Amino acid sequence: MRFALEKRPAPSRLMLGLTPLFAVIATMLAGGVMFWALGANPVEAIRTIFLDPLFDPTFGAYSRPQLLVKAAPLILIAIGLSLGFKAGIWNIGAEGQYIIGAVVGAAVGLAFYPTESRLIFPAMVIAGALGGWAWAMIPAILKTRLGTNEILVSLMLVYVAENILASVASGVLKNPEGRGFPGSRNFARDYPAASNLELLPGTGMHWGVVAAFIAVIAAYVLMTRHKMGFSIRLTGEAPRAARFAGVNPTRLVVFSLGMAGALAGMAGLFEVTGPAGQISIDFGSGYGFTAIIVAFLGRLHPVGILLAGLLMALTYIGGELAQLMLGMPAAAIQLFQGMLLFFLLAMDVFANYRIRIKTREAA
Amino acid sequence: MDLGQINPVLLAASLMVAATPILLAAIGEMVVEKAGVLNLGVEGMMITGAVVGFAVAVNSGSPAAGFVAAALAGAGLALLFGLITQVLKSNQVATGLGLTLFGLGLSSLIGKPYEGIKAPSLGKLDIPLLSDIPVLGPVLFRHDPMVYLSLLIVLGVWAGLKYTRAGLVLRAVGENHTAAHALGYKVIRVRLAAILFGGASAGMGGAYLSLVRVPTWVEGMTAGAGWIALAIVVFASWRAGRILLGAYLFGGVSVLQLNLQAAGVAIPVEYLSMSPYLVTILVLVIISLRGNHGAPGSLGRVFHASS
Repeated sequence: MRFALEKRPAPSRLMLGLTPLFAVIATMLAGGVMFWALGANPVEAIRTIFLDPLFDPTFGAYSRPQLLVKAAPLILIAIGLSLGFKAGIWNIGAEGQYIIGAVVGAAVGLAFYPTESRLIFPAMVIAGALGGWAWAMIPAILKTRLGTNEILVSLMLVYVAENILASVASGVLKNPEGRGFPGSRNFARDYPAASNLELLPGTGMHWGVVAAFIAVIAAYVLMTRHKMGFSIRLTGEAPRAARFAGVNPTRLVVFSLGMAGALAGMAGLFEVTGPAGQISIDFGSGYGFTAIIVAFLGRLHPVGILLAGLLMALTYIGGELAQLMLGMPAAAIQLFQGMLLFFLLAMDVFANYRIRIKTREAA
Repeated sequence: MDLGQINPVLLAASLMVAATPILLAAIGEMVVEKAGVLNLGVEGMMITGAVVGFAVAVNSGSPAAGFVAAALAGAGLALLFGLITQVLKSNQVATGLGLTLFGLGLSSLIGKPYEGIKAPSLGKLDIPLLSDIPVLGPVLFRHDPMVYLSLLIVLGVWAGLKYTRAGLVLRAVGENHTAAHALGYKVIRVRLAAILFGGASAGMGGAYLSLVRVPTWVEGMTAGAGWIALAIVVFASWRAGRILLGAYLFGGVSVLQLNLQAAGVAIPVEYLSMSPYLVTILVLVIISLRGNHGAPGSLGRVFHASS
């Protein structure tokens, strides 16, 4: 007796929906083993990561709002990435687009310091989106004009962006009243017109969260109702058919990379003006890379990404809590998130194939 | 600023040292891609090799044991990738990315207790007579054994792919897996073997960073070296000789920018630090100007035998 895989004509929708849940459960089990190996009580560790941030009487009040704060950038970036991923366009440099968006948007705001005008914050958001868009256009144009590999170019540009960030944080954007410390003026504290504060106290709701919800709805409409969404899906599922149907691959690359860049840039701007407060060398915290996991975990579907973003935000907060309460190393949670992606990809086999048990003579 | 401080002989010698990690990772990845598999997890396997090699070398006092452990660790991660992509037929791009994220997390978890320790020295292997030649001697023949081993691996891969039957089968599998399967070759097995080789090479490349090049463990120390290795495979048009050329070119750029930083050139440090990445992009652009450049026919495609 042996197992054989039989390709399904189309991926099973039931399995596409169920496998992310299986992957989460498998990750909890494997993660429990890892925590046990690190010397922690596995049940306690899993409870600290997944339940305490929401329900603990002492920490809940602080960590519940954090859920939205951390989920918003992940969802914004992942929605943008999913457009390209669905069509087989691999932009993995969202971290760079996020950084450049934050830098450009912050620069526009700081140029008007200390003007108090309602127009400044919207202008910064637009500038942030344009900054991220422009950064994503580099791989897009190289890909469409010269056929250069967008995976490698977009990733290389992350390192370039990080160096630009380091340069401006201690250079042109440095706070002139900061006593020589690197980092820009603090938007959240010193510059009300350019700050992205909580809209409803105690909820974590800021403009980035609003933008994330809008992005989810817009992406859903785009993918189900608009011709561009149809072209994206067709290209991903049957590239040859897409060509015969007259889908313009150049437009597709420019659109999907551009949208991903703009959304990532906006996410960066919302982050520096709100939760991070200022441009500093390390405000990024790797959202651009974690968003890749969010996009896959959400099955590249807007609603799935919304849920996956919230779950991943929970692991961030729970990870911090586990660090604090159980002395868990910070890297453990990163490993945990990586495992989740692995389990999910491994379980894709159930969606794309039927598992048949073959008896010997049948082969 | 004093450019006179830069000694061209020392520069050329340190170029070989700087290039070795990328060379090892790139030659391994080339074999993987020749078999038709795109493994984007090179960065993750390198950094895991770096930390495991470092930990084993520190604990055993033997850098050689460190390199062996690093190769095993790299192959171990590669096996994970191989099982998920080859047996469970997952998307190679996504799985490779996952491997990189996983490796980065795993390495910083393992590496925490080892921060700030210095690695045991590997020692130099001065080749008698040859190392006494003026100029060429110090540049080429006064290195540690791993530099020579990496060159041997490149030579072996070149000859193996070109002249042996196994090399021919590997290339057939990468070029057209359906035809190779029809001829009776075990596509999945060949690919798994190539993936393991790639992982072991990347692991050793990582260990070379933490044991010789730096030589200490720093979180995230590969800093994109694995991705540059992937770019070099493209640059090299999947040919072993050009991998050597590409890796040494990048070794040269990174050594030169470090030397310029040390010499206090009036260019800000950040702009010098980003130069290897910009050069990588530039090289990719130049290569793509040439058009079709010989990627294996089945690269990145899932193989599923229908019968």
